[in-house]
Amino acid sequence: MSGKVKEYFVQGNDACVEAALVAGLKFFAGYPITPSTEIAEGLAARLPKAGGVFLQMEDEIACISAVIGASWGGVKSMTATSGPGFSLMQEAIGYAAMSETPVVIVNVMRGGPSTGQPTRASQGDVMQTKYGSHGDYQVIAFAPASVQEMFDLTVQTFNYAEKYRVPAFVLSDAEIGHMRGLLRVPGNVKIVNRKERGVVRDDEAYTVSDDVVRPFPVFGRGHKTMITGMTHYREKPRIEPEDTKVHSDLVHRLNEKVTNNRKDINKWEVVNEGAKTMIVSYGSSSLGPMEIASKEPNVGLLRLKSVWPFPEEPVQDVAGKCERILVCEMNMGQLYWAIKRAALEAGCRKIEFMSKLGGDPPTPAEVRARLKEMGAI
Amino acid sequence: MNCFYRAFNELDLDLQKTAFIGGIGCSSRIPLYINSDAMHTTHGRALAFATGLRLARPDLRIVVFTGDGDLGAIGGNHFINGCRRNVDMTVICINNNIYGMTGGQASITTPHDFLSTTTPQGNKEYPFDLAEIAVAAGANYVARWTTRHVHELTKSMKTALQKKGFRMVEVVSQCPTNFGRRNKMADPTQMLDWFKESSVRRDKARAEEIDHVDLNLAGQITIGEFCNRDRACFEDLIGVGKHGE
Repeated sequence: MSGKVKEYFVQGNDACVEAALVAGLKFFAGYPITPSTEIAEGLAARLPKAGGVFLQMEDEIACISAVIGASWGGVKSMTATSGPGFSLMQEAIGYAAMSETPVVIVNVMRGGPSTGQPTRASQGDVMQTKYGSHGDYQVIAFAPASVQEMFDLTVQTFNYAEKYRVPAFVLSDAEIGHMRGLLRVPGNVKIVNRKERGVVRDDEAYTVSDDVVRPFPVFGRGHKTMITGMTHYREKPRIEPEDTKVHSDLVHRLNEKVTNNRKDINKWEVVNEGAKTMIVSYGSSSLGPMEIASKEPNVGLLRLKSVWPFPEEPVQDVAGKCERILVCEMNMGQLYWAIKRAALEAGCRKIEFMSKLGGDPPTPAEVRARLKEMGAI
Repeated sequence: MNCFYRAFNELDLDLQKTAFIGGIGCSSRIPLYINSDAMHTTHGRALAFATGLRLARPDLRIVVFTGDGDLGAIGGNHFINGCRRNVDMTVICINNNIYGMTGGQASITTPHDFLSTTTPQGNKEYPFDLAEIAVAAGANYVARWTTRHVHELTKSMKTALQKKGFRMVEVVSQCPTNFGRRNKMADPTQMLDWFKESSVRRDKARAEEIDHVDLNLAGQITIGEFCNRDRACFEDLIGVGKHGE
């Protein structure tokens, strides 16, 4: 592959399409919904030319189900939606977690609950991403804050979905999805493919032992694979819904394969490390704080690029070195409580919350006013 | 199941290149009992999973096992749209007129005035005619038989397996434990006799100008081949497998 960089001036949703194609997407199923529709439209035009299949299904439940079915055919598959469609997908997200199916779900978040604000941004689905389906499971979710990150983190989402065999998410929002900006696509993007059963190769992408993430048995290759959402013993045709130990071991493994690899998965950025006041934010709610941190030496920023699994280490690290923390989100405090718990454990006593609802990200002026109120500047 | 095995074997089809998909319910467990690639999915969504797998892997033959609740109630939307989309797959719907696995609740095909645990005074809703819905929604092949019609059923399954596009074979089946017991047919043979007595060939029903919905209401079962046509299937129309050329 050549190392030549291509440059585009596009919106975030287009950057997501570009990233999916670079990552090797071969199957997309979608249902029209604002503000994610441009992703489906872009892929309808481009995916067939790239040797893939674009499908518009009858609803979002069908989309995610078809995407899981396609993934078992051995191809990278993805869907894109927003709040109401995301709610419909929860059933099958649990199935993907239980059956260990690599799938990518892009959620361009809008204001909820219910139909809410189709054209405005929010971060109201952060908890639903991790806790929306029933039972205990872990997911991987990235939160882009620019057009470039929509590309970079979509590629990462594919890579981690494949590596850990989990449903993985791009948690974008109407602001990032429709924001236009510079996109630089390098010629040598690192791509990870799932390790297939029966295919032996040395690949540095798979440093995780097979005991935790098992090789993927593609359908139609004679593996006689039996996939089920029921409590099962490995991938042999044995369902064991009544066996307490099989269930406990399975659910522990499904969770631990993600939480034990938090350090490999989590991505973040720290501005003004060591500042007395640290803002913790992610996605479009971090745009205002970014501006402030670039101008105020006493105010730092921990910008989370991944929100699930919960980035325990960077939060604790920052909290252990500062006097106060301001958590900034476009919801009523979804990651706030987890951040507060981690910060308290790290010894930080003052953790405040800035909530912005209504569809606009917090402006630098609003963030500045809040910091003044706190006595930080 | 035996009819399906016989049809499958007589046609000498490759089990390794066939994927079996089921939803949730008594019938949807069948894929787990077949020594091939199988997907035991969520309730009602088997057709959507099957659509994704088929389009990703057009080299695989897809067989879906489903039931009246799985296909017609919770999966009704995927059912009508599956017929309409006409993706290549064989759907075997085992219709026992009841939710058997959960203990005998009324389903969308429980006949009018019949008893179930959720209709102790008799079912006051009207049943769906799944086969007629499939015809109207655009399936390429639709047939309905009962478990009493073993030879006809096997023949229809063979026809279905050899065709292209969306094919559905509905099998009206007995659930003596949870349906028969509450409706004065506790002995499985009683139900088979009932199937025999109440079955009316579709062509005959049509000839006598009896509304098939009324037939269903009267506890009668319309059987036969409902349609056999050759609309081009979806993957051929969008050129799956030829993409990127």
